[in-house]
Amino acid sequence: MAKVEFATPELKEYPIIPKLQRDAMAHSSPYVAKDKFQEPLGYPGELVENWKEVAIAKMGELTNKYRSLQVFLDSCVKCGACTDKCHYYLGTTDPKNMPVARQDLFRKVYRRYYTLAGKLVPKLVGAEDLTEEVLDDWYTYFHQCSQCRRCSVYCPYGIDTAEISMAAREVMDTVGKGQKYCNEIIGKAQTLGNNLGLPEPALIDTLEGLEEDVEEETGVAVKFPLDVKGADILLITPSADFFAEPHIDGLIGYAKVFHEAGASWTLSSYASEAANFGMFIGSYENMRKLALRIRQAALDLGVKRIVFGECGHAWRVAYSFLNTLAGPFDFLDPNYPVPQHICEYTHDLIQKNALTFDKTENDHMTLTYHDSCNVARASRMGDVPGGQFTIPRDIIKATCNNFYDMPEHAIKEGTYCCGGGGGLLTDDLIELRVKGALPRMEALKHVTENNGVTHMAAICAICKSQFSKVFPYYDFTMDQIVSVHQLVSNAIVLTQADEGDSDEDKQSDDAEAA
Amino acid sequence: MSVLFAILFYLATAILVLGLAARTRKYLNTPAPLKIPTTPAPTTRSGVAFRMLKELTIFESLFKSNKWIWLFGWLFHMGMLLVLLRHLRYFTEPVWWWVELIQPFGKYASLMMLAGLGGLLLRRIVVDRVRYISAPSDYLMLLLIIAIGATGALMTFVTNADIVTLKDYLLGLMVFDIRTMPTDPILVVHLSLVILLMAIFPISKLLHAPGIFFSPTRNQVDNPRERRHVAAWAIKLESSESK
Repeated sequence: MAKVEFATPELKEYPIIPKLQRDAMAHSSPYVAKDKFQEPLGYPGELVENWKEVAIAKMGELTNKYRSLQVFLDSCVKCGACTDKCHYYLGTTDPKNMPVARQDLFRKVYRRYYTLAGKLVPKLVGAEDLTEEVLDDWYTYFHQCSQCRRCSVYCPYGIDTAEISMAAREVMDTVGKGQKYCNEIIGKAQTLGNNLGLPEPALIDTLEGLEEDVEEETGVAVKFPLDVKGADILLITPSADFFAEPHIDGLIGYAKVFHEAGASWTLSSYASEAANFGMFIGSYENMRKLALRIRQAALDLGVKRIVFGECGHAWRVAYSFLNTLAGPFDFLDPNYPVPQHICEYTHDLIQKNALTFDKTENDHMTLTYHDSCNVARASRMGDVPGGQFTIPRDIIKATCNNFYDMPEHAIKEGTYCCGGGGGLLTDDLIELRVKGALPRMEALKHVTENNGVTHMAAICAICKSQFSKVFPYYDFTMDQIVSVHQLVSNAIVLTQADEGDSDEDKQSDDAEAA
Repeated sequence: MSVLFAILFYLATAILVLGLAARTRKYLNTPAPLKIPTTPAPTTRSGVAFRMLKELTIFESLFKSNKWIWLFGWLFHMGMLLVLLRHLRYFTEPVWWWVELIQPFGKYASLMMLAGLGGLLLRRIVVDRVRYISAPSDYLMLLLIIAIGATGALMTFVTNADIVTLKDYLLGLMVFDIRTMPTDPILVVHLSLVILLMAIFPISKLLHAPGIFFSPTRNQVDNPRERRHVAAWAIKLESSESK
């Protein structure tokens, strides 16, 4: 690919709202999907001839199917509350990256064709015809939104730009202008079972290798079971956990926790992916197809529970949509929520004193925690609103001695996206990713300088990959991002026997269910 | 004049009521197929009611976002609410006791409303980000409401219009009896602008008023794991497959 020349933004002491620079990111758009990636998802291979009519008709269809879209297109009063809330605006200064301006790219067309005022006096109300330039703008700027929902927190009407981005991407897919990165991945996940396209033998290999590594290091035979029929727990985790750093250390952490709990668990080669990129392109049908693989795996393996590994947008689809897309899950054990997050699982065990930690194993690090956007603003953990903030922090504090939070505006519901979410974690968008990470980098620098923070923990595969990549641009090192369950893995004291004898298994299982 | 305004009043009222009803029906009939509350979100219906109440009364999200917009927006809306309630005195005989009670506050609320509107207009012109996102209609809408407020305040504090005759005219309109409308120029301007505002309400961004009640990110209960939530069109998707 063409080499991208750009300057990494400067980190400032305090966040400053930048002045607008028109078209600062007009040159940034991802590769368009070829027909071989479009057609398997049910989209035309290239821009259809009557794309204008198709796009306008699709727009009308979507406003009839999604109340969110219809209400959000009507309700905006252009108050400006969201204008300084998007990390891509803060990092790029391009006005079209202000949430309202991004929405308006879509809204102006909606107004032109679907509102009386837009039909009669388009100029007056900011309505515009759908033209090739507008379509290009859509492609450029709806691929500069990571669907992180930060703007929706601050909008007086809760307008969520993610909903508009998803709709716009679905319209573009429908006319044959899809994004290569997302659509190629969805195709892989729908045929091979995971986003990386890892076939079953590769998966077996990896898991066997992990078993050997962990036994060598700890002297305990921690298992990484695959396709075990009749296991109690099906673990669905992002495929990056099988090979990327620091993701894999998280996977080792989950396995050690299951081992200590004496749990019977398994991975599935049929549903070996937690992330569901169908959401990124706003396609209910494609999202549903991927979700149904998880249901099928649970049925085939005869499990009682489903637990998800560390992944942000995945957890949104799992927590908020799985029951809708692939439910009801009445064939699973009703004593547990479906699905559960691995952090909920580990946290429960910690509450029951079922795990022993040696916190000093993590003493070489001082931690902070990055709330992944979709966990923070589109899901929950535990029984209480906000559990998605307290549970991961509780786990970190149970396993580490040194922990400091970043400034309040940059965490919890106000958290900044890593800069690579929502289908943007691709090399052809590297400039956008680096610039979009700016607000997080400033917050991290703040605790680095004031509290001596050395590492940042996260629970999202995209966040982890993104930070490994962009840290060096800001003079951090790529190993400064860690998995939460990597911290668990470091500190956990393995007390259980090698081959869990069945009585013991049963006991700890019961203890946990109690 | 009296007849012309009567026709315009009836027409504007019809547009306002029917337009809003149609729009509200559209919102009601459009499904929300997925659970998308902005979290942390309440896990019960009463929790959601409380969240919505805070949005409606203290503009909670806007407060988190930007204190200036919040201040101006809140002054404007609360001022307008008081002013509108005060105006009930022109439509009721005898005047309800609580409308009498707020009369002194309602009078000065027009100034509060104008201060808020002025602040919003100033921001729209001065702040480069807000200027960028503003269409001509965004300025005109502010100017229209400012003009309504200003003419109203003028009649309250500077020149008195013939309010007794006006009230008689309005009470007449309510029982489809067209009486004589006073013709003080400033009152005629005030009423004309109000009629215009009523007529464009259902086709403008003023739809945020019904819209806020239907925003799924604010009005949904956070309970997707406990309760399966499926839209009618999504159920069709399921039954079309042979399972």
